[in-house]
Amino acid sequence: MKKFIGFVIKEFYHILRDKRTMLILFGIPVTQILLFGYVITNEIRDVHIAVFDRSKDHITLKLTNKLVSSGYFILEKSISSKEEIEECFRQGSVREVLIFEPDFARKLEKEGVAGIQLITDASDANTANIVVNFTTGIIRNFINELNPLINKGTINILPETRMLYNPGLKGAYMFVPGIMAMLLILVCALMTSVSITREKEMGTMEVLLVSPLKPLQIILGKLMPYILLAFIISGLIVFLGYFAFGVPVKGSLALLMAECLLFIFMSLSIGIMISTVAKIQQVAIIVSALSLMMPSILLSGFIFPIENMPIALQWFCQIMPPKWFVIIIKNIMLKGTGFEYVWKETLILAGMTVFFIFVSVRKFKIRLE
Amino acid sequence: MRTIIYILQKEFIQIFRNRTIVGIMFVVPIIMFIILVNAATLEMKNIKMYVIDNDLSAISRGLISKFEGSRFFSITEMSFSLKRGEKYLKNDKADIILNIPSGMENNIINGKNEKVQLLVNAINGTDATLINAYATSIILDYNRQLIAENIDISNRMPFKNINVSFSHWYNPQLNYKTYMVPGILVILITIVGLILPGLNLVREKELGTTEQINVTPIKKYQFIIGKLLPFWLIALFELALGLLIGKLLYDIPIIGSISLVFGISAIYLLVVLGTGLFISTMAENQQQLMFFCLFFILIFALMSGIFTPVESMPEWGQWINRINPLAYLMKALRMILLKGSTIYNIRTEAISLSVYGILILSLAVWRYRKTT
Repeated sequence: MKKFIGFVIKEFYHILRDKRTMLILFGIPVTQILLFGYVITNEIRDVHIAVFDRSKDHITLKLTNKLVSSGYFILEKSISSKEEIEECFRQGSVREVLIFEPDFARKLEKEGVAGIQLITDASDANTANIVVNFTTGIIRNFINELNPLINKGTINILPETRMLYNPGLKGAYMFVPGIMAMLLILVCALMTSVSITREKEMGTMEVLLVSPLKPLQIILGKLMPYILLAFIISGLIVFLGYFAFGVPVKGSLALLMAECLLFIFMSLSIGIMISTVAKIQQVAIIVSALSLMMPSILLSGFIFPIENMPIALQWFCQIMPPKWFVIIIKNIMLKGTGFEYVWKETLILAGMTVFFIFVSVRKFKIRLE
Repeated sequence: MRTIIYILQKEFIQIFRNRTIVGIMFVVPIIMFIILVNAATLEMKNIKMYVIDNDLSAISRGLISKFEGSRFFSITEMSFSLKRGEKYLKNDKADIILNIPSGMENNIINGKNEKVQLLVNAINGTDATLINAYATSIILDYNRQLIAENIDISNRMPFKNINVSFSHWYNPQLNYKTYMVPGILVILITIVGLILPGLNLVREKELGTTEQINVTPIKKYQFIIGKLLPFWLIALFELALGLLIGKLLYDIPIIGSISLVFGISAIYLLVVLGTGLFISTMAENQQQLMFFCLFFILIFALMSGIFTPVESMPEWGQWINRINPLAYLMKALRMILLKGSTIYNIRTEAISLSVYGILILSLAVWRYRKTT
């Protein structure tokens, strides 16, 4: 037992001495939360538009004014020919061009209908869609202003919306669970696999193997500091999420931490599994980073909802552990559910952990090849 | 000059001896393109709606069938129990609940206003806003339909309407893949140009072989060129591979000049390689280098406009983007590939990247010492 504790203390020293890695380990969650909280947003802001007004009457000017004063749009320039549209887009200076047809006000008065054409730079498909919806919305409002007289006895179905779980529509609710999954995989899988592989590469694993320490003790000893570190980091993320963005922990904190611990164990088992097959650090790093970080960012449902992906990809996401973890975290933190709602996902994570440990035990070699 | 050629030979041999790295060089772009491009769509489809119809009238059924007919919504279940609906929301089996109160038809016929309730799972704020917008517009459309069906001709007042038609240029089907491919290309060459040479440099430092080279007559600049040039070439190769895959798998438009694409990427790679060299002088071992690079990529990739537009970022974010090389390349590649922009159009990006590249390379070379 004393040998084991001595070994664990040595591992702690190793990690604490590496100040630069520590700095980045704590820096990543902080910067990610800042980024997602303040910078990454799909909100429409400062959309540069150009207007091709072939009519230039009081109605078109009024509508243009309405668009600009909404605060969402900035009138970049007024253009006077079709060729200029192409050049504007090529230059990347405007996202949308509004074309008013000639004799706009007159047509509206006499014929009751006039036309506007919206042309978007759809090289950014997502923004183009949102911009069109916004513009159409403002135009629709304008139409209602043009027709102030309401018929008596009109039918009025009023939709009344309530936003559940996140009434403030805060973006933070989406990303705090995702950042947690990403960081935990980073710390546990990447660092563990690199640590073990480094010892193999440097030749110090040989020394460990001939010592009286059993292989199981060596592995456990290596994991201890990372468990503690990961736990501290997940606590930090929950804390930051709450204080910086008001992301609540509606459910039981104990359950939340227990699930985190499960995920930590799972990531550690993946790390060990990778270290058994990697001979040099480069391989361990690249395999961990690419097969774990990428999916945990893109395929866990944290930025891109899984329901919107093609079916084949959705099936692939099912075998990604971060996906299940994100569901569990969201349910506990944001919906305040108890274990009854997350038992299925917990079981899946536990099953994956057992599987990875099994594979690692099979592949772990106590002799050098 | 001959020295450099020999060094390059050595580097290439070493790189290609490492089977894993070579495999990764080919496998990674393919995987990234297949998975990432398909995953990154913000399109909404199949919004699961739970319907509670307490009225069971012709009007309520008309409203529900409008939702059934919409391509955005699919009705998961209909019942009378709000509790059950809320359970569905909690289980993520439904995204929105439509709650129609009893007596709706009566109220509407008697000219009174009636409220229908929409309960939306708002954990994903952006999605929730969109779902709400779609649902509300369907309800308002239905409203207009009812008015049109029931209004007396003699009562009708002239209604002024504006017809809005729209067309999306460069990407008429709003194909998100077209938008994502340039983004993935940038990430791909950044990973190859930043992480691989960095790992290579630090590995030699760790193993002690750099010290061996330092005592030879090989000059500092020869050594650095020898280390960076192979990866510059490999990254450009990856760019070509990526473009090929993009064209074959997704039929992305390549409207602008390909040589311009390679030209601006070549300049961009100078910045990335310089950064990699700089980080390698600060990292003591491979793990540290990996973390530094990860940090760099995580921040700058997200801010570069790959998923969300740069203009939506707050002022200070856009300021930081001035030193974000990925943002420049992202903009330039999208402009050239999708809109056919010319070198004149991307002159700001090209000049900025060139200046940035010269600066960071000089800084890195100055910091790199042959002696420890």
